[in-house]
Amino acid sequence: MQIKVIRKILEANDRISEQLKGFFREKKILVLNLMSSPGAGKTTLLEKTLTDLKDEFNMAVIEGDLQTSNDAERIAATGAQVIQINTEGGCHLDGSMVLEATGQMELDNVDVLFVENVGNLVCPAEFSVGEDHKVTILSVVEGDDKPEKYPLIFAESRVMLLNKTDLLPYVDFSMEKASNFARSLNSDMVIYPVSAKTRDGMDSWYDWLRKEVRHKKKG
Amino acid sequence: MHEMSIAQSLVGIIEQEMLKHEVTRLIRVRVKYGRISAIVPEALQTAFQVMTMDTPIKGAKLEIEEIPLVARCRECKKEFSPEDDLLIMTCPYCDAEFGHEIISGKELFIDELEAE
Repeated sequence: MQIKVIRKILEANDRISEQLKGFFREKKILVLNLMSSPGAGKTTLLEKTLTDLKDEFNMAVIEGDLQTSNDAERIAATGAQVIQINTEGGCHLDGSMVLEATGQMELDNVDVLFVENVGNLVCPAEFSVGEDHKVTILSVVEGDDKPEKYPLIFAESRVMLLNKTDLLPYVDFSMEKASNFARSLNSDMVIYPVSAKTRDGMDSWYDWLRKEVRHKKKG
Repeated sequence: MHEMSIAQSLVGIIEQEMLKHEVTRLIRVRVKYGRISAIVPEALQTAFQVMTMDTPIKGAKLEIEEIPLVARCRECKKEFSPEDDLLIMTCPYCDAEFGHEIISGKELFIDELEAE
């Protein structure tokens, strides 16, 4: 017997993601799914953001990590509420992990929830976790061809942060090339060159965050 | 290796469909994936074999079919399929370079199965 099925393979995850979206909408929490390669500077960028906007917003973090709790400890040191998800080798976070994590958090007055995904430019792109936007961080030391090599993650992201711009003098990285590749399939993408280390360019990223929080509060 | 999670979800859907259609032996299943979805077909084959090892689905053939990337040009609105080399995503009709809309190429679904 031939059976026509036509069902999305990840439909179960999509359903959980929709459930999470509804929950976050009700609570008016802006949720951002942060993705990058290992070592692109996700945690440093997050630390700076949490510290610099501390007086403006109540922010919380779900920290995905393969094995350790190093990153979660760094985040906790900023004073933000953080919960660690240990994927034990798993290459991405999925909806059910985030759902479970939110159950253990105090989210009533939270304005922004950052979900720091596992460092990986491939797998996380396929799994929504209830986020409003995906934010991809690409550091200039990784090379300007990454958006071309990993098209899905860049096609799905609302924001690309080109991090470690303080190292630009030492590497062959064309901002134009990286931006053009990323935008070839994503005209809506917002691109901010930043150095989380020196804080150069971070204000534009913060302005974007402020705008998105206002937008979310309005419903 | 998120193909493991994908294979797990795939097996779940197959089992539901087999129950629904009252069949017990799976002969083959066809999966379609978009060219820019993050799927490695060989990895999915392996993951599928591992996931079905001790189940009634064991031995079924997994067919994996790619769906080409089709984009709609931002400028002239015509549809085109970029060449193998993703490096240049220039519209062949009007030379516009960015902001193309993806029409297909991101899919990941189970298309059909054959069972008895």
